[in-house]
Amino acid sequence: MTNQVLLQQKVDSVFKDVLGVDPRQDPAAVVYNQTQGWDSVAHMMLVAGLEEAFDCMLEMDDILGMSSYDKALEIMANYA
Amino acid sequence: MLDRLNLSGRVAIVTGASRGIGKVIAETFAAHGAALVLNARRDNGQIAQIAQEMSTNYSVPVTFVVGDVAEAKTSAELAKEAFARYKRLDIYVNNAGVLVDGLIGMVPEKDIAATLNINLAGVLHGVQAAARLMQRGERGSIINLTSIIGRFGNQGQLVYGASKAGVIGATLSAAKELAPKNIRVNAIAPGFIDTDMVRQLPEKKFAERMASIGMRRIGTPQDIADTALFLASDLSSYVTGQIIGVDGGMVI
Repeated sequence: MTNQVLLQQKVDSVFKDVLGVDPRQDPAAVVYNQTQGWDSVAHMMLVAGLEEAFDCMLEMDDILGMSSYDKALEIMANYA
Repeated sequence: MLDRLNLSGRVAIVTGASRGIGKVIAETFAAHGAALVLNARRDNGQIAQIAQEMSTNYSVPVTFVVGDVAEAKTSAELAKEAFARYKRLDIYVNNAGVLVDGLIGMVPEKDIAATLNINLAGVLHGVQAAARLMQRGERGSIINLTSIIGRFGNQGQLVYGASKAGVIGATLSAAKELAPKNIRVNAIAPGFIDTDMVRQLPEKKFAERMASIGMRRIGTPQDIADTALFLASDLSSYVTGQIIGVDGGMVI
C-alpha cells in the first residue's frame, strides 16, 4: 500500500467519523461551511481527529487553511 | 485531601517561570509531582538552571522553552514540547506579564502595544494552544493571572488595567466555550505581592499600597501558588469561569 493511499485512508476515516460523509463519493464537494455539518465546531473536531490519527499537532495556519477535503489531504501529507 | 492535591502523572506548562510568581507556582506544582514545561522570555541560562534544580529537588521531569509569549509561536512550541514528550497536557498557567505604569496622556504607543501583546495577547495564544491539546485528554485546567487592577482599576495604570481586564473577559469566554470539553478556565487576581516587579515602586507608593491591605501584610508568591495549586488539582474539579482575588482584603 503506497503512502498516498494510507494517507487518504486515514483522512477519509476521520472525515467519516466526524462529518458522517464519505469524501470519496464527491471529493470536490466536501468544503468547509458548505458541506452539511462542517461548521466551526466540527472543524475543531476534525482537527482533533486528524491530530489523533497522525499523532501530530497541526500548525495554526494549517488549521485555518483546511478549507476542503482536497486541502486537508494536501496539508496532512506534510504530517504523514 | 492530600491525594486530591497530588499532580503526579500530570503535565503543566507555566509561562514566565524564571522568577517571581511564575517560578513559585512551577516549584509548587513540581513539589506535588507534576512534570513541567517552563517558559522564560530570555535565554540567559537562568531558566535552564531553574529547570535543573526543580527536576533534581522534586524528582520530576522539567524542560523549558525560551520565547516571548506575545508571539503565538511560543505557546505553540510549549504545547508541542508537552505533546512530544508526554502526549498530554493537563495544566496551563498563563503567568508571564509586564507592569508598565503611566499617567493618561503620557503612555507611549510602544508601551501600549508591548503591554497588550504580552499581558493579553499572550494569554489568548496560551488558551488556544492549551485547549487543543487538553481536549484530547478530555480534561484540563487553564489558569490565567490577572490582577486586582484588572478588576477595579487604578490611577496611573490605564494600560496595565486594560490588559488585565481583558484577561478576565478572555477567562469568562473561554470557560463557557471549553466547559463541555471538561476544560476549566479560571483566573487569579493577585493584590500587592512581594515580587521584583512591585519592589520597583517608589517608597511612598509602596507604603500607600501597604496601607490599603486589610490583612496588613504584603502577599507572597506562595499565596498565589497555593491558589494555583487548588485550581490545578482535583479539589477544584467543579470550578470554572471564576476570578479569584488573592489580595488579603486590599482596597483600591
